[in-house]
Amino acid sequence: MRRFALIALPYGWLLALFLVPFLIVLKISLSDTALAIPPYTPTLDLSEGWAGIKAFLSALDFENFTFLTTDDLYWKAYLSSLQIALVSTVLTLMVGYPIAYGMANAPDHWRPTLMMLVILPFWTSFLIRVYSWMGILSTEGYLNQFLLWLGVISTPLTILNTPTAVYIGIVYTYLPFMILPIYSALDRMDDSLLEAAEDLGCSRLSAFWLITVPLSKNGIIAGCFLVFIPTIGEFVIPSLLGGSQTLMIGKVLWEEFFNNRDWPVASAVAVVLLLILIVPIVLFQINQQKQREAEE
Amino acid sequence: MRRLTWFNATSLSLGFAFLYLPMLILIVYSFNESKLVTVWAGFSTKWYGTLIQNQAFLDAALVTLKVAVASSTIATVLGTMAALVLVRVGRFPGRTLFSGMIYAPLVMPEVITGLSLLLLFIGIGLDRGILTIILAHTTFSMAFVAVVVSSRLVTFDRSLEEAALDLGCSAFDAFRLVTLPIIAPAVISGWLLAFTLSLDDLVIASFTAGPSATTLPIKIWSSIRLGVSPEINALSTIMIGIVAAGVITASLITKRASLRQQADERAAAQQR
Repeated sequence: MRRFALIALPYGWLLALFLVPFLIVLKISLSDTALAIPPYTPTLDLSEGWAGIKAFLSALDFENFTFLTTDDLYWKAYLSSLQIALVSTVLTLMVGYPIAYGMANAPDHWRPTLMMLVILPFWTSFLIRVYSWMGILSTEGYLNQFLLWLGVISTPLTILNTPTAVYIGIVYTYLPFMILPIYSALDRMDDSLLEAAEDLGCSRLSAFWLITVPLSKNGIIAGCFLVFIPTIGEFVIPSLLGGSQTLMIGKVLWEEFFNNRDWPVASAVAVVLLLILIVPIVLFQINQQKQREAEE
Repeated sequence: MRRLTWFNATSLSLGFAFLYLPMLILIVYSFNESKLVTVWAGFSTKWYGTLIQNQAFLDAALVTLKVAVASSTIATVLGTMAALVLVRVGRFPGRTLFSGMIYAPLVMPEVITGLSLLLLFIGIGLDRGILTIILAHTTFSMAFVAVVVSSRLVTFDRSLEEAALDLGCSAFDAFRLVTLPIIAPAVISGWLLAFTLSLDDLVIASFTAGPSATTLPIKIWSSIRLGVSPEINALSTIMIGIVAAGVITASLITKRASLRQQADERAAAQQR
């Protein structure tokens, strides 16, 4: 009985507030847009029982999904989200790996402090961290002031409201997610392997490519997924730093819902976004599973 | 043979400069006299003064705190229960669906979570306000609590609990007196994580908040959409300060606790 309560309480909560809401999204994505409150006409009427379901199935037309393919705004937004996520994942890896490497090779008594310094930004408000770049990147911002003062440029650069600003924002906010798994992989590495390689005539650099990188592979893969997956649906960074030029699907969904009040289309956008995310999420789970088995 | 080469030293200092410089600039310019945020016009604390007098911000901060305390506490209870189910209860009907629903919110884009919850609340006719934000935050943060607590439960030595049961403890007492104190650090960090996630959340709160309840991130969002403002700089500085103090205190406490534990273990080993 006690066991039943232990399972039932969290299970019931998740069913009611996670699964059911998602089924509602699915249902509304198949409904018709209407000028009403709420602004859609449901095509599935469960109160009519079996007849309702039959009527629903016969009228099922995936109209909102076909609409997504006819207006090129949507597929462009999906593609550009994937592209931005991919590029920024690679950039985050390039910035994060040297930091993780430096941490793993730092003197032992420094490491708790370095670790805390990496985690601290994670506890700080995400919104504020993104916001802090608005003042730096704007035309009259600190970066331009600095570069003008140095004499490197003679006219201010336009960085804010371009994809570049979005890349900077993503690398900045997701950096801890990349550093931590790579650091923990590097930290577990056996240094004597490197010594052996050097004794056997390997140069430092080739020892790095042949030993360190393969041994930190799992950390790299985990870090990349941890950056890539949440970036695809990112809303705050493209809205604050990307301006109107940057197209990302999270922003499109938001605008479709709040500005156009087109719930069926917003729901269809959400369903397709989730379908796109399933592939990287499953790959990530497989990788994590493999890693766990390797450790046992 | 760990040694700090010039390469490592450079990558560490550049890396940490990148992580901390933006926040440092924000803090420095929050003490700027000028209304033009990018032009330095002398030291002043006047933006803190205007911030404290801004009733809308204070109200939003209060709502945010209430939501964070309530949602992280419920999420900790539910998340710990979910972790116990995941680690301890072997098979039951629907187990796959259960673990799927635990892990899914971790990777679900916030826009989708927000949209789906909003559609639910409208569907059942629940008025949007502080209650709906609490429900929404609890749902996504209990997943984080469950992950943190279950990773501790996996390494937990069950024989301790079995010993308590053999010595006549009821199952609930064994949990309360043996298991809970041991997993307490994980439960506390789960609560802290849930609390921070709730304080921080903009997207889900925007979907689930009604006109009657505005949280601090929503308020910040509507004022920074138009650009950088000195009041927000001051607010950010206060928030960064609180977080930094909290994290540093927490790390000092855990360091001391682990030192004490080491000393205890040494003493126990000597007695044996």
